[in-house]
Amino acid sequence: MSDLSIQDRSGEKNLVLRRTLVAFIVVMFMTSVLLWRMFNLQLIQHEVFETLSLNNRVQGQDIAPTRGLIYDRNGNLLAENLPSHNLSLVMERVVDLDLTLSQLRELIEITDNQEKRFRNRLRKPRRPYEPVPVKFKLTAEEIATLAVNTYFLDGVEVEASLIRQYPHGASFAHVLGYVGRINEQELRKVDPEAYAGTGFIGKIGIEKTYEKQLLGKVGYRTIETNARGRILRVLEEEPPEPGVDLHLHLDLELQKLAEKELEGKRGAIVAMDTTTGGILAFVSTPSFDPNLFVTGISNKDYSKLRDSLDVPFLNRVARGLYPPASTLKPFLGLGGLQSGATTWEKEINDTGLFFLENHERPFRDWKVGGHGDKVDLVAAVVESCDTYFYDLAVNMTLEPMHEILDQFGFGKVTSVDVHNAKAGINPTREWKRKRHGYSWFAGDSVNLGIGQGYMLASPLQVTIATAVLANKGIWKAPKLLMHSSSETLNKIRSEKPMDIILDDPSHWDKMHEALRLVVHGPKGTARATGIGAPFQMAGKTGTAQVKSLAQDEEYDAEAIEERYRDHAWFSGFAPFENPKIAVTVFVENGEHGSWMAPIARRLFENWLLRTEVMADSGKEPDSFNLEVSELLAKTEGTDHANH
Amino acid sequence: MPIIDSVRSLPGLDLQRRQSRATRLHLDLPLLFLLITLCGFGLVILYSASGGNIFMVQRQLIRFGVAFLGMFIIAQFDPRVFQRWGLTVYILVLMLLIAVLVAGKKSMGAQRWLDLPLLPAFQPSEIMKLALPIMIAWYLSRKTLPPGRLQLVVAMIAVVIPVGLIIKQPDLGTSLLIMASGVFVIFLAGIGWRWIIGAGVAVTALVPILWMFVMREYQKQRVLTLFNPDSDKLGAGWNINQSKIAIGSGGFQGKGYMEGTQSQLDFLPESHTDFIIAVLAEEFGFLGVLVLIAIYLALTARGLVISVKARDSFGRLLAGSVTLTFFIYVFVNIGMVSGILPVVGVPLPLVSYGGTSIVTLLGGFGLLMSVATHQKI
Repeated sequence: MSDLSIQDRSGEKNLVLRRTLVAFIVVMFMTSVLLWRMFNLQLIQHEVFETLSLNNRVQGQDIAPTRGLIYDRNGNLLAENLPSHNLSLVMERVVDLDLTLSQLRELIEITDNQEKRFRNRLRKPRRPYEPVPVKFKLTAEEIATLAVNTYFLDGVEVEASLIRQYPHGASFAHVLGYVGRINEQELRKVDPEAYAGTGFIGKIGIEKTYEKQLLGKVGYRTIETNARGRILRVLEEEPPEPGVDLHLHLDLELQKLAEKELEGKRGAIVAMDTTTGGILAFVSTPSFDPNLFVTGISNKDYSKLRDSLDVPFLNRVARGLYPPASTLKPFLGLGGLQSGATTWEKEINDTGLFFLENHERPFRDWKVGGHGDKVDLVAAVVESCDTYFYDLAVNMTLEPMHEILDQFGFGKVTSVDVHNAKAGINPTREWKRKRHGYSWFAGDSVNLGIGQGYMLASPLQVTIATAVLANKGIWKAPKLLMHSSSETLNKIRSEKPMDIILDDPSHWDKMHEALRLVVHGPKGTARATGIGAPFQMAGKTGTAQVKSLAQDEEYDAEAIEERYRDHAWFSGFAPFENPKIAVTVFVENGEHGSWMAPIARRLFENWLLRTEVMADSGKEPDSFNLEVSELLAKTEGTDHANH
Repeated sequence: MPIIDSVRSLPGLDLQRRQSRATRLHLDLPLLFLLITLCGFGLVILYSASGGNIFMVQRQLIRFGVAFLGMFIIAQFDPRVFQRWGLTVYILVLMLLIAVLVAGKKSMGAQRWLDLPLLPAFQPSEIMKLALPIMIAWYLSRKTLPPGRLQLVVAMIAVVIPVGLIIKQPDLGTSLLIMASGVFVIFLAGIGWRWIIGAGVAVTALVPILWMFVMREYQKQRVLTLFNPDSDKLGAGWNINQSKIAIGSGGFQGKGYMEGTQSQLDFLPESHTDFIIAVLAEEFGFLGVLVLIAIYLALTARGLVISVKARDSFGRLLAGSVTLTFFIYVFVNIGMVSGILPVVGVPLPLVSYGGTSIVTLLGGFGLLMSVATHQKI
């Protein structure tokens, strides 16, 4: 390099110097770009990022309130909350969902259906880091397997939560209903904030009626989490308020007994405390296990229940509508007396046929040849004479019949807290014109006279009417709830219809006596039931004709034939002198109302003997036998006296 | 040059005597002072970024020790030694780069490491960061500057070959830095402005070709993410979103040492390596960023001062290139973490946790000190 001239060297030096200067200017420029960027992020946009940073680490979390418990009248648990371990995924932490799911399936059993429902849940909106359940009610073995392996599986969590449990399963399914995962439709109707913690809502039954009270108030806490959603500390907490505990009038023992009586049958039993209006038993068979619905029933199980010809989903007590048939006669009889269409003294000649003007075919009495030439109202009730009531109906005309049935609660909902009870049909002229397009014919009145035709009522309504009759017109609001842990709820006065006042109150006693003779009289339709009873009962049988049946070709002839048999009713109260309980037994295609009466008697007995003892709590259990025998002696005495 | 004069006295205090004693040890005191400050600052941030992991800090400290020793040794050689061996080393490293592609160790989808017997595993591309500017500086300073056309073409080819080999590994960040180190030499050597403009146009034209044929899917994704980080908040955009949140939420004063929620609660990915400045920005705020950038700027300025005061063109070109490449490190890293550049794997020099870059970076400063302290011919 010694051959380079000095000039070249200094020229070179200046060249590099100039370039270095250019480079330094560029460096300064680039530095200012960086500084401006930092200035912009840290000072100008600071608040935006401050908020984002806060949102990152601070999560609001809802704390589910404990759902109120449901007890029967004696404090037996009917609905409780049991801890359940669920497998959930925190989607924010799951890297590859398909991979994670297949890894989980290697560890524990996850059915295709469970995965499908999990994927459905995924589509619903949720809060950040909110675990999405995959499988509920893990077994101890599954919990252990997952505990060992979840460390390697990002986003997999086993969390404990309280799950609604119905210890008596199918026994109370129709009355209590059940809770289930809240769906989008329901979410639109309720305050989503109130349900943020639980995700469960009462779907039907008591669970639905008292949903607001049972739910409780959601709690809230703000927590600090790290990027993996792990909770580091609780910053703030507002504890949840547990839901209201409900004590129902229902009696576990009576309910179980009623359920046993209806085993294998399609039917309903309702028992009511006539002194309070409290519903003691509420059984509809066949039933289903409500526990299946809590965490989501499988499609297979659901369609099996849904498609069953026995319709287990039908709440026959409150939503099964049937012709009340002869059970309606006492009420119509009272209506006839009140309107002056008949008297206790009036007698008719029953030939077994009733002819109506301009009507070709005669109306038949159930008894071929009739009940004789001297049938008065008592005989007509005791022997369930149809002809008497055909005649009464024609004399009464529709309006007074509708009026008295309305007063007894037919054609409307009078129960306070039975979920989704049906009103049934207490027909009027206007109703028929609207519904069928025809005017009311005299023949329609004749049919109504024996509780057939357009008349439809639920077993619950028949029971309520019987209870009102037992109370001689005094209404007690029909109710499931006895009391609760909420003072405000306890203070709510239930609305009830006006009491029935007859011009001559002695009609009540006479009608009671007629109903007593149904069970205890020598000609009563349920006379077999009364034999040897430790107390006196009153009641009315009913046999309803089955007019139409949904065609279903899949069922064999015998099954169809069975389903054309008459529906059977018995509705009554006891003890006769001082009514305490009203019971209705209804069995679809049960053929004869008289066959239902023994069932009612067993319920009466169970309730009365138990409450007699309980009412006198000072006595020792030893005195129970004495009590019963005393009672027996007393009732037998009165029985004789009345014969 | 008033600016340069002021920079020369920047770290301070005219301690001619001390400097001369240091010169005998071939140390540049201002550089040394700034480097120690930077490394110390870096260790403090690393302790927080690693979540209080003292072992990580210790390992980084040991690396610093080794790298400072390397720097000291390199500084003892006269620049002429590098000049003499430049071409040989360059060719040797080129062969190693080919070896990497043939027999390199694969890790995380890339093939960057070479595990030769008797030697610890290393990345030949790191050596190229120093070997390339030495070679180009040697080549261009053989003749009078500015370089002729033929020289330029040869120099460019010499740049493109290693860059191409490293892109294939793939290692976009390193290849860009190496290209920069070569291009800076050519630029400082006085390449005509027409060439520069022409190259600019050519690069612009090359972009679509690169996009379609050279860049891999993940690299494209990173570029796309830059323009729309919100498009995929949990995927590719996550890193950049979280680092912006960390920086922005730091504000003017920061959240306090070890108090950064973004970094301490693991929202910030790569917080102790490439994204470490986000930790600084979150915990020390804009003030901390200012201090750090000031240190970098001072180092750059001191390097450029050494460059202009160098004994000969080789020293000037080499020192200038090493300094500017160092600055590019800083710019690319802070640019990508703050979301104005695509995410390429470039660490924050001497602050990010990691071995190889520390050694080559301080090796570069060793070259600067060598140039600075070998003034007599």
